[in-house]
Parts: sequence; C-alpha cells; structure tokens
Amino acid sequence: MLEHIWVIPTVTFVSFWLILFLGKRMPRHGAEIGIAALALTFVLSCVATFQWNARPADEVVSPAGEEVHAEEDPSGGHALGQVHALASEVAVEGEGGGEAGHEIEPIRSAVERNVTWFSLGDVTVEAGTLADGLAVVMLFTVTLISLLVHVFSTNYMHGDVRFTYFFAALSLFTTGMLLLVVSSSLLQALFGWELMGLCSFMLIGHWWEKKPNSDAAMKAFLTTRTGDIGLLVGIVIMFFAAGQTFDIATINDLALTGGMGETALVVGALALFLGVIGKSAQFPLHTWLPDAMAGPTPVSALIHAATMVVAGVYLVARLYGVFWEAFDIGAGGINPIAAIGGITILIAAALAFVQTDIKKVLAYSTVSQLGYMIMALGVGAWTAAVFHLFTHAFFKGLLFLGAGSVSHAVHSFEMKDDMGGLRKYMPTTFATFMIGSVALAGLFPFAGFWSKDEILLGAAENGYRLFELIGIIGAFMTAAYMTRCVYLTFFGRYRGHGHPHESPPAITGPLVVLAAFSVGAGLLNFPGFELFGELTENRVLLLAGVEHHAFEVFPAIVSSAVVLAGLAFAGMLFFAQRLPRGVTARNGLARAGYQLLVNKYYLDHLYTGVIIGSIKGRIARAAYWVNQKVIDGVVNAVGIGSAGAGAWVYRHIDQQVVDGAVNGAGFGAEGFGGILRTIQTGRVQQYGALLFGATAVLALSLVIFI
Amino acid sequence: MLVNQFLLLGAVLFCIGVYGVLARRNGVLVLMSIELILNAVNINLVALGSVQGPEAAVAGQVFALFVVTIAAAEVGVGLAIVLLIYRNRSTVDLDEVDLMKG
Repeated sequence: MLEHIWVIPTVTFVSFWLILFLGKRMPRHGAEIGIAALALTFVLSCVATFQWNARPADEVVSPAGEEVHAEEDPSGGHALGQVHALASEVAVEGEGGGEAGHEIEPIRSAVERNVTWFSLGDVTVEAGTLADGLAVVMLFTVTLISLLVHVFSTNYMHGDVRFTYFFAALSLFTTGMLLLVVSSSLLQALFGWELMGLCSFMLIGHWWEKKPNSDAAMKAFLTTRTGDIGLLVGIVIMFFAAGQTFDIATINDLALTGGMGETALVVGALALFLGVIGKSAQFPLHTWLPDAMAGPTPVSALIHAATMVVAGVYLVARLYGVFWEAFDIGAGGINPIAAIGGITILIAAALAFVQTDIKKVLAYSTVSQLGYMIMALGVGAWTAAVFHLFTHAFFKGLLFLGAGSVSHAVHSFEMKDDMGGLRKYMPTTFATFMIGSVALAGLFPFAGFWSKDEILLGAAENGYRLFELIGIIGAFMTAAYMTRCVYLTFFGRYRGHGHPHESPPAITGPLVVLAAFSVGAGLLNFPGFELFGELTENRVLLLAGVEHHAFEVFPAIVSSAVVLAGLAFAGMLFFAQRLPRGVTARNGLARAGYQLLVNKYYLDHLYTGVIIGSIKGRIARAAYWVNQKVIDGVVNAVGIGSAGAGAWVYRHIDQQVVDGAVNGAGFGAEGFGGILRTIQTGRVQQYGALLFGATAVLALSLVIFI
Repeated sequence: MLVNQFLLLGAVLFCIGVYGVLARRNGVLVLMSIELILNAVNINLVALGSVQGPEAAVAGQVFALFVVTIAAAEVGVGLAIVLLIYRNRSTVDLDEVDLMKG
C-alpha cells in the first residue's frame, strides 16, 4: 500500500467524476458514491497506517548529516516504477553538537516513488508519492473526517437544490488535500493546494443566490490567492536553489546540509510562509476564514478540521528542513513563524469572545488553534504541532458538526437570539459538544490537553519563553470563550422559536465517533507510550536535530490550572453571574476594546477601505484611460481598417475580378455555343460531308507534308 | 498482274459510295452507298494483300471477310432504323429528318 499510495487520491478523484455524471440518476443522488469512495479511502489509509507501523526501522540518520551525499548514489536515482527508499546507511558517529555519544535509534525510511512527469531540455520534472509517518497520519485524519462529513451531509443537506453538486465538490476537495499529502514534489503539491482553493470557493459559495455568500467565497478565494503568490514564488526559488528539482525530500536534505545559498533559503522560506499565512488563515490574512462560515456547516467542518487550513501547517511540517534552516529555529529567541503564530493565537482568541454566531466563535477558535500549530512549528516542537493538528481535527470537526446539528434544530446560528437551554432538547449533541469543548480547552485527559501541553513544553524547552507565555494566555482565553459559547448555546433558557429536537442518527452518528476520538486521540502520545511521535519520526527531524520533549508533570499542572482558571472566570461571568455585567456600557476603556473586537481590529476596513480604496480609484482611472484610448483605439482602428479593406476588396476584387471571371466564363460559353450551333443542322449528310471533307484535308496534308 | 487496276476500281467504287452517301436523299440508297464504300475497301484489302505474298493474301482475304460480316450486321441495324423512321414519319427522305438541329 505504501508504494501504491497514489490510489487514495485517485479513488476520490474518480468519485468526483462519477458523482458529476451519474449522481443525479442514483437513488440517493450521488451521496452513496461519495460515501463509498471515502469509506474505501479510509480503509486504504488504515491499511497504509498499519503497514507503516509494521515497517522495520532501517534508516539511521545522524544529526551531522554528513552521509547524505554518500547515500544518494547507491539508491540508483529515480527510475520509473522503482521504489526509492531514501537511504539506509550505517550510522556515522555523531560528531559536533550535543548528540555525540548518544546511541542513534534507526527510523523507518520514507517510501518515495516517482515517475517522470515531463522534461524541458535538461530539466526533468517528476511526479510521485512520498509515504511516511506524517503522510499516513494525515491520510487517516483527512479520510476519517471527510467520511464523517459526507455521512453528516446526507441528512444536513437533504433536499438541497445542488445536493449532487455538493457531494461532487466534497469529493474533489478531499482529492485536493489527499494529493497534497502524498505529493513527493512541490509542483504536484501546488496542484492539490490550488484544487482546494478552487473547491473552497465552490463550497463556501454553495448558496450563491445570496450576495453575502458569494462575496464570502470570493473573499476566501482572493485572500488565499494573495498568499499563493508567495507560495508560487517560494516554490520557484526552491526549485532553482535546490539545483532544479521540485523533490521535497531532496530540498529538505539540501537545506539542512548547507547545499543551498543562504539568501535563497531565507527569501524562499519567507515566500513559502506567505502562502502558509494565506491558506492557514494566520494574522494578517486570517479575515477570510470567519467569513467562510457562509458555506454549509459540513463544509466548514471539512475546511477547519482536516483540509484547506491545515494544508498550510502541513506544508511547513513537510518542508521543515527549509524553515528550520532559514529561520534558525533551533537557536531560540524569536522568529517569523513563531511570531505570526503567537500573534494569531491571541488576536483570534480575543475575537472569539465577541461573536454571537456560534460558527464564528468556532472559526476564530480554529484561527487561534492554527496559530498554536504554526507557533509550535516555529519553536521547534514539530511533533507537538503535527500532534495538535491531528487531535484538533477531531474536536474541531466535532464542534462544527455539533454546531450544524444545533442549527439544524433551531434553523439559526445566532447564539444570543435563537439558542439557549438546548441541553434538555438535544442530549446527544450536548454531550458530544461538551466533550469537544473541553478537548479544545485542553482539560485532562482529553485530546487537546496532550497536544497543547506538548506545544507549551516544546516552547519552554527550546528557549522560547515568550511563546510559552503566549500559549498559556491563549489556553486561558480558549477555555473562557468556549465556556461562553457552551453557556449561550446549551444553558439558560431557550430564546428561539419553535420546538428544537434531537437530530437524526446520520447527524449524531458522526458526532459520537468524533467524540470518541476527541477523548482518545490524545492517548496516542501518552507519556512512555509515544506511538504518535514514533510514527511520525522522520529523517528531517534527525538531520536537523529537532528534539521531542517528553511529558513533564509540572508544566502540565500549570497549564491545567490556567485552563481551570479560564473556565472558572467565564463560569462566574455566565453561570453564576457574579462579575458585573454591562461593563462595556459603563467603562469607556472596555467599550473601546469591545468596539475594536467587534470591528475585527478594523482589518477588513484596512483592506477594503484603505488599501484597496486608495489603489482602486487610481488603477481604475488608469485602466479606464488605457481602455478608452489604447484598447478601444486599437479595436476601433482594427475595425475601421478591416471594414475599409473589406469594402475595397468587395468593390474591386469580388465584384470585378471574381464575378468577372465567373460571368466571363458564362458569356464566353454562350457566345461560342451560338457559333457552334450553326453547324449543328441535324442533317446526317452534312455531318458526313464535314467528316469526309476533314478526312480529305487530313489525307492531303499527310501526303504533302510527310 | 498489276495492282493498279484493282486500286483504281476500289477508288472509283469509293468515290461513287461517297457521292451516294452525301448526295442521295433516300435513306436506303445511303445505306447501299455505304456498302459500296465498304466493298471498295474490301477490294483494296484483297488486292494489296495478294501482291505481298501468299500469307499476306490470306490475311487480306480474312480481313475482307470480317468486313463483309460486320457490314451485314450494320445494314441490318441501319435498315431497322430506316424502317422505324418510315413508320413514324412516313418518309425516308434524310433532309426531313433533322430533329437534332441545334
């Protein structure tokens, strides 16, 4: 399976076309095709995960990375169909760095398989698959979440006008993410990346009849596109810096062993990171993600949990060698990745407080949690970041689907106006949503606790004290805003209209499954067990010398205490109503802060009003001038010129030459025929006379001339 | 034996035939004139063959026999046409038969 990992995106891609062409004729309008395809890919992903787990650890990499060049040769290049195991070499004694003297444990070698995509001159571009621990874990997560979202959608989207189309787009969306995950080359990854951009546009704007929805889709598309410019530039820089190859493993190796120019590395990494900022909704390009809530809720769950936004995190994790080396992550202190991540954690968490739409709370929560992942990558806690990506997928998927279930019951997303007290009406949704919330808040022993704790620990141990502090503050805020969200939705008295009811099994089923994972997923990295860390261990981490820190009790107690404090603070505010309410109405400073948050730091005003507004007018005027004077001039000149030429051709060529020839042929034939008809008398004897006369003349000339 | 006399006879017969074809207005007589032309040619064939040796003499006579045979067929067809013209138009005057005038 690991060699044939390409099957997994292929299945969903085929499913997309099948749904598109056959879906409307199927009894369930294509939903069954999508679910069957996702179930198949999920099973295949599980098989791949187990095979990866069973794969013998045969590669030894020393942090010095001296042996890279020696071992590239015997593997025989990238012949077609040949499995290119990166390396399996005897350990070189680790020299230099603190690891000397340590016994270096072997790791599983990644399975890379390439075929030639196309050749341009001397450059051969390859496409292929790269299966390693990170890839199989992502495959497992993506296919599971996507499968559950498909099941959820069968009920949630029931009766929708574009039901079939919706499922087709879901399949294509999943294909994009899976393609990105298994790509062995950056160019191929870009295809998956852009495929997701396209599908997010299609799905966010699914109900495009309403203007805000299509606006949101456009905003998501254009904002991520802004970042994608950086990504494209970064990929091109990487291509040339690594000696004209898109191969991810090669680029990582070269970056870590000093095979790339310093400037190219830093500029390339910055450009790539711009793409990540756009896609993973980091500050300051996070504004599209909350607006993307205009799409159907299952789409939000898919975007936020398993695909799209985590693509950026995945890219950083995948190209970690480049980022590690470019930003000198091992040195501690401060660097762009950690800084962006840290800022995002705090501003998004603050914004989550003032939202009244349940999905927007969750959206800002996602932005904040993505900040955690990016920050973790920035502080060198690679395993923690990927682990947080993994656990976050489950509880954020759960929370979104839970929000979908709630809105299914009350037909609204407004917590303050239409919800409250739903605990009694929707017990299953309530229970699972609670599990998701505490997992997100990071309470022991739920999934979020383990991953968040690893991030904080990593930040502390790698010399990023400031970011540890940010992470702890973020944990406090997360606990508080989730308490507010849960209170407004499920407690108090019901403020909506009608009679809410528990959702059908197609909706609660996925919730229960995800709740189970939200409880249990964190245990994968249980202290002393560490299956997740061991699975995702890879060559890049060892080459770079990224350290994975084991669980420690004291920081865990501190972070738990902070989370509990957050819960208690919000609990007092909402449940017990101890703290003064209406503080925003009385206190000027608080009111200013509230206004700032409600207006989302005026970032949207900055983008649309200031930046676009100042550029737009001038560009529009210049474009208008060019349009009127240059383009229209050229068009008109061409038009008038061709009309004149046409008229001339008509008068002189067509009328006189061509028609003349045709008419001349006719007249000529008529005249000649008129002459000839005089000898056509119908008298046989005259013909005979002509015949004999002609014969006589010919005979005479024969006699005379020959 | 002089071949000239035969050739002269052939030429006279030919000229009479041509005159008949071109000048007679009766369709039957035109056909008979054609027979004269053909027989003039036959005389030439036999005469010229016999002066070139025995094998050429046989060849000339055989050739003449073919011509006679085909002439008989031709007259058959020609007389049938004349008969039909007569039935349709009650005349065999060729000057009256000018339907193909352009």
